[in-house]
Amino acid sequence: MLAWTIYISFLGALALFFLPSRRAAWARIVALLTTLVTFAITLTAFIQHRTGEMLTVVNVPWIPSLGISFNLKADGISLTLLLLTGIIGVCGVLFSWNIEQRIKEFFGFYLVLIGAVYGVFLSYDLFLLFVFYEIVVIPKYFLIAIWGSTRREYAAMKLVLYSFIGSAMVLVGLLAAYVLAGSKSMALGYLAGYAYPLHFQMWAFPLVFVGFGILAGLWPFHTWAPTGHVAAPTAASMLLAGVVMKLGAYGCLRVAMTLFPLGMSPWGFHVVGLGSWRDVFAVLAVIGILYGALVALVQKDFKFVIGYSSISHMGFILLGLMTLNQIGISGAVVQMVSHGILAGLLFAVVGRMVYSRTHTRDLPALGPMHLNKVIPFAAVTFVIAGMASMGLPGFSGFVAELMIVVGVWRSYPSLIVFVGIGLVAGVAYIWRAMQQAFFAGADTESTEPLPPLPPISFPERIGAAILICASVVVGTFPQLFLNVIHPALESPLFQGLRKGGW
Amino acid sequence: MNVTNYGQLLGLAWPEIIVTVTALLVVAADLTFFRKSRIRIRFAAAAAIGSIGCAVAILKLLLASTQATVLDGVLVANPLTHLVQIALLTLTIVTLLLSVDSTFTEHVSEFVLLLLLATVGMMFLVGSQDLLVIFISLELLSLSLYILAGFDKRSPRSSEAALKYFLFGGMSAAFMLFGFSLLYGFSNSTSLTHIASAIHGQPLSPLLIIAIVMTVIGFGFKVAAAPFHFWAPDVYQGAPLPSAAFIASGSKVASFFIFFQVLVLGFAGAEGSATLFHFQSGWVPVLVVVAVVSMLLGNLVAIVQSSLRRLLAYSAVAHAGYMLLAYVTHTQQSLAALLYYVATYSLATLGVLGVLAVTEKQLGNDKISDLAGLSRRAPFISFCLAIFLLSLAGIPPLSGFFAKFLLFTAVLAASPGSKLLLWLVIVAIAMSAVSLFYYLRVLKSVYVADPAAEISEIRSPILVQVVVGLLAGGVVLLGCAPDLLLAQILKVIHASGL
Repeated sequence: MLAWTIYISFLGALALFFLPSRRAAWARIVALLTTLVTFAITLTAFIQHRTGEMLTVVNVPWIPSLGISFNLKADGISLTLLLLTGIIGVCGVLFSWNIEQRIKEFFGFYLVLIGAVYGVFLSYDLFLLFVFYEIVVIPKYFLIAIWGSTRREYAAMKLVLYSFIGSAMVLVGLLAAYVLAGSKSMALGYLAGYAYPLHFQMWAFPLVFVGFGILAGLWPFHTWAPTGHVAAPTAASMLLAGVVMKLGAYGCLRVAMTLFPLGMSPWGFHVVGLGSWRDVFAVLAVIGILYGALVALVQKDFKFVIGYSSISHMGFILLGLMTLNQIGISGAVVQMVSHGILAGLLFAVVGRMVYSRTHTRDLPALGPMHLNKVIPFAAVTFVIAGMASMGLPGFSGFVAELMIVVGVWRSYPSLIVFVGIGLVAGVAYIWRAMQQAFFAGADTESTEPLPPLPPISFPERIGAAILICASVVVGTFPQLFLNVIHPALESPLFQGLRKGGW
Repeated sequence: MNVTNYGQLLGLAWPEIIVTVTALLVVAADLTFFRKSRIRIRFAAAAAIGSIGCAVAILKLLLASTQATVLDGVLVANPLTHLVQIALLTLTIVTLLLSVDSTFTEHVSEFVLLLLLATVGMMFLVGSQDLLVIFISLELLSLSLYILAGFDKRSPRSSEAALKYFLFGGMSAAFMLFGFSLLYGFSNSTSLTHIASAIHGQPLSPLLIIAIVMTVIGFGFKVAAAPFHFWAPDVYQGAPLPSAAFIASGSKVASFFIFFQVLVLGFAGAEGSATLFHFQSGWVPVLVVVAVVSMLLGNLVAIVQSSLRRLLAYSAVAHAGYMLLAYVTHTQQSLAALLYYVATYSLATLGVLGVLAVTEKQLGNDKISDLAGLSRRAPFISFCLAIFLLSLAGIPPLSGFFAKFLLFTAVLAASPGSKLLLWLVIVAIAMSAVSLFYYLRVLKSVYVADPAAEISEIRSPILVQVVVGLLAGGVVLLGCAPDLLLAQILKVIHASGL
């Protein structure tokens, strides 16, 4: 049944293609229905498969002469991320209800993007995974270049080239791995079970990890992300930060680390204190955390603050992966969900609730507008989302970051100080942005009437409510997710990693 | 030597004869029945007769399942050559259909005649393993193409293109003939297999090296590999559209195939090796250089083009570079990959030129910037254009991606662990990332940019729409279900035992 998430999304896009132009406004309904159905499917699947073990969805031969099959499987990790995609998909449509320009095409690209994301999370055959991973690139370009704002064409091209270079690196690694294993099968399980020679893993691992890491905002290859997020229309930023960056992290965990576990073993010598690729990436992740947070602290553009905060949070995910212990990696997966929800919510507030009404994202300019009085709903939502994002207990961010920090404490005690600084900076930039954007109006009872802004619409309220609820659920019942993530990490797929030392 | 069996020779040449007769029929019909008709009707009639002739030839090829060799390879017929010939005839039919709406010439029947004669040249070319016949058919093909390139007499661009094409072509033919003559002197035979056995087991003499280089130059010109590509941009830009489409598709398929055969059959034993520590002169090192130069130059120069046709020409150079990788490894698998690649590449290129056939007529030129807002003026055509360009860029699930995947796997699988091959594949993949930039630039103009103020719907002839739509369907289908073609190719390669 899960395979239908992909089919339905693509069918929805196809239906939009044939929608008569007079009825263009129906595109919203079609898109909403499509995403709702796929969300329902992911939710049912998530509730039904409480064991979190590998579950075969479809497996039919596709290109028999090369051993490639249309093989979709899901385990606890992919189920969790599928559910996230479902949630973000629905909310993205709700927050783009105001799109008027070329509306059919907008939702068409949107649904193709969502369908391809489902495809990546479901693919078990690496060829198939790569196909879906590449399909993601093109709709992103058009969503940003056509419906974007600030320097949209530049940002869109930059994003596409970065993603494409990343996937080129991945492709080289995958091809080499496929050929070395005898060109018999592209199934993840088969390749992960093949014992590649150490020297091969030593170059293939960083290649593929960085390839996926580019999309996950790995410092110093993150620069596409802030410009891309800022230029993108709200729904696209939500998808980008919410799920597309997770594709990168998912690829790192699912492909790079399972295929080449030995690539993380020590080199046998030290360069500036770093003794393995694992150390290198852990340090890069920490730099990403700090860099993202500190840069977010000085931004004038509201959306750039959120854009850089994404880099910081994605740094936590990559760091969690590099801890190589169960709590760290499951923390990383929970953080993927948490950041997906919260980044979606933050971008929705900034892009849809604030920017599309005030037409400015300049923090000093937003201050005098008394946004906390004019659109109080936006202010409240941002405060809640901000608290969740800075890691207040009860919200998803707290659980995820706590788990990652515990994991880091076990593996890299020396890095813990920097992570702590990153956490504090995370409080600071959210606080600053919140204060400057919503509560910086002059304290006097103003004589002039407040500038009238359109009120927050119903779809926005629903979307915000869904995302906040999701964050609270993850924050209060993390067990719900951990129960399926842990068995997945115990599965034979991650055997090579477990042997590597956790 | 056994007695020459002319009956058998004739029997093997049936498809070619059919096409030749069709060509003559076209001229006859045009000069008698349709003389007074409008140009469009004349073109339609000529194209119809030509297509029917090609279709009959295809049928003949499908029914003929013989495997035969006449006169030590002067004419060869096996499932592989049949498949390639069928592909060539199909591409000719598409070209004929695309030319129906042309208005560039009044000499309709001559145009179609030349097109069909070029096709005959290509068919003989792929169906021969003898240097002499290869050279003669190559000349038949080339001479027809020179005239086709200059067929638009009213346009100085077209004449320039033809002249340039002719001068470069003549020069490279001279090189090739020189190389062939050395080979003949070396082996006392024009048959590829005899040449191979003469070469085999001997150290490479300087004479042979010269012969190899000359042959590579000659064929490198035909396939537009750098640095022998200088004719390509001008011909793509200046030639009338159907001619350009034919040069870019059919002639490429034939040249790539015969180039592979000449190298693998004729120069077997003189491969050499280009790996750093086991360097050995031969044709592999030469091709490595040509391939890398083509990939780099084609992709980097394409970035700055402002005319879509020129962009296509440089991208052709780049694709030639990718395809030459198959020669470096020259296994059965890489031949399969090469054929798959060149077939799907031709489909996509023909498609882009088909779209240009519509837009050029209405916009007057092929500037990328003039395509602005095309998606709102002609949604269907733009959608097809997007499919073709993304396929050329290698985006899945389109056939261009699968072709690249197949090619690179074949190259790597030839000797897993070879550093040289790995680096070649890395260069190729990195360069295809570059190529996405310029293909996207075209699509940006089509989809993102706003159209000029005086917006009008672009009317496209229904026939061109159908052809372009079918090509787009083919590109998608071969990408989603590659086994349809791949299984066939693998089967015939095994059957022919190349």
